[in-house]
Amino acid sequence: MDSIYWPSFFFFFFGILACVFAVGVLVSRNIVRMAFYLVLSLAATSGLFFLAGAEFVGAMQLMIYVGGTMVLLVFGVMLTSQERFVDMKTWAGDWVKAFLAGGALLFVLIYAAFSVPAWRGIERAEAEALPVAQTATPLGMGLVGARVDKLDPAVEAPRDGMSGYLLPFEIVSVHLLVVLVGAAYLARAKRKITARIE
Amino acid sequence: MAGLINDFLNWLLSWVGGSVAHESLAGYVLAGLVHVALILVLVATSALIFIWLERKISGRIQDRLGPTRVGGKFGWLQTLADGLKLLTKEDLLPGGADGMLFKIAPYISFCASIGAFIAIPFAGGHYPWIAQHLNVGVFFVLAVLGLEVFGVILAGYASASKWSLFGAMREAAQVVSYEVPLGMCVVVPVLIAGSMDLVVIGDRQAGLFTNWLVFHDPFTFITFWVYFTCATASVNRAPFDLAEAESELVAGFHTEYSGLRWSFFFMAEYGSMFSVSILAAILFLGGWHGPIPITGSLGLTAENGPFLGYLGQLLGLGNVLLKGTIGVCVMIWIRWTLPRLRIDQVMATCLKYCTPIAAVMFLGATYWHYRFPEKVFFGLADAPAAVYDVNEGWAGDEPAAAFDESQLVLNPTTKETL
Repeated sequence: MDSIYWPSFFFFFFGILACVFAVGVLVSRNIVRMAFYLVLSLAATSGLFFLAGAEFVGAMQLMIYVGGTMVLLVFGVMLTSQERFVDMKTWAGDWVKAFLAGGALLFVLIYAAFSVPAWRGIERAEAEALPVAQTATPLGMGLVGARVDKLDPAVEAPRDGMSGYLLPFEIVSVHLLVVLVGAAYLARAKRKITARIE
Repeated sequence: MAGLINDFLNWLLSWVGGSVAHESLAGYVLAGLVHVALILVLVATSALIFIWLERKISGRIQDRLGPTRVGGKFGWLQTLADGLKLLTKEDLLPGGADGMLFKIAPYISFCASIGAFIAIPFAGGHYPWIAQHLNVGVFFVLAVLGLEVFGVILAGYASASKWSLFGAMREAAQVVSYEVPLGMCVVVPVLIAGSMDLVVIGDRQAGLFTNWLVFHDPFTFITFWVYFTCATASVNRAPFDLAEAESELVAGFHTEYSGLRWSFFFMAEYGSMFSVSILAAILFLGGWHGPIPITGSLGLTAENGPFLGYLGQLLGLGNVLLKGTIGVCVMIWIRWTLPRLRIDQVMATCLKYCTPIAAVMFLGATYWHYRFPEKVFFGLADAPAAVYDVNEGWAGDEPAAAFDESQLVLNPTTKETL
């Protein structure tokens, strides 16, 4: 029993779970069940992250994707749903388009996966010898504008790329805010203005 | 823990000639089972006690006696009798309901409620009592607690009843709104402790009660009350229990539920009440540190041997459970004191009061911490040296590393930035 490599076992367990529920999203015709399967699939993916020791990404996956799908389900689907969404039918043309798009993505992913030279886990000794600090700190510092990973060798004058990702980050944030305001504007309750009779 | 169990099994089996390797599977499985069993027992038992407490406290508040007969003087077996009654009730499935979702919804709520306890520490120090020590514990707990509402939404939809659907919609809107100020309040202790690890945040408050983060500065003091309000709302307790408003919606999202499935919703509710209260205790109220540090003076620390260390941890566990129970009692007290809010009042409380207050308190606490980094108790006392004596659980961390000024230098090759 001890000959099984348990991390691989759990990797396949969560991976198969995610795939099965993803297929469930495809074959289900009730939109609430679709959302339910989607949530389970995303939760299984977060299990993969926890398995890899990336707790922050895993919790983020739970909070953003699973929680976000829930909000999507409630406000996007249940409040606006008409009869045709509750029992959805897929036309043949949609199947063809979906297969083209999905197949292209699958091809790229499989190609990338099979071009990895050696499929083996990194040894612990090797991982500890890696020069990279195993934290998210450089990334976080980069987001707020300090590229600590570029401090070596130390120089006085700021070099190219030292400014970090602060400006792109802010631009993306403001863009998101604009999208949110626009969405709220489009979705507002439209009142009919009736002429007042004097 | 797994290694310990394997060694113990090895010692047991050595009497009959067998052996178990140190890294054997059996130890891991047993360790996992022990953790799961402890958490399940805690949630189930606390739900039993809290439901009884709810009945007694509500009775006394309304000048009644509450349960008196079952189990002797105080009616303390009342919940068990209720549980037996619920077990024997018929499991109904309304016609037109979505059977699979209807059946699975209570378990989703219950799992989310229990899942939060995985990352909650019950005693700290260098050998914390915690099922899974995550270095983003706070974030994990919040993310998992946010999933509880998913079961409620599914229940509301799958019941094929307009009362259920209305209740679920209200709950969803409420929980999604209240997550914003709740998250903002939680960020304040994280910011002051400099870590998202709940063990580190708790150990940051070692010593006298003056070191508790609720007394850190005026801003954290107000943040604590905002947190408690938002936590009450996010676990859907009165005066924010719009999702099950009896006067309007029959019973809200659980209108169509009966028997054991219904009781699972209630176990989930009491479980998450307990977990947000324990989270409040760890974030603001010192966690496993009592108001006066007696474990140190009694010598109940890990340095004096494992047994005394164990006793000290047991005292810490008692502290956490006591503070959590007090938090739940305050929630019960609020429920039977305040009338239920209207839905627009609930939303106004969140968006017009809690969120702006939390945002201002966040800014204020940030400035205060920047201005007086080594002061506690509203800036009146100096922070103890133990503040820096934290172990974040990283692979290379020396346990109980003394505070060193040189660690303050920003260095990408070491993990410590403090």
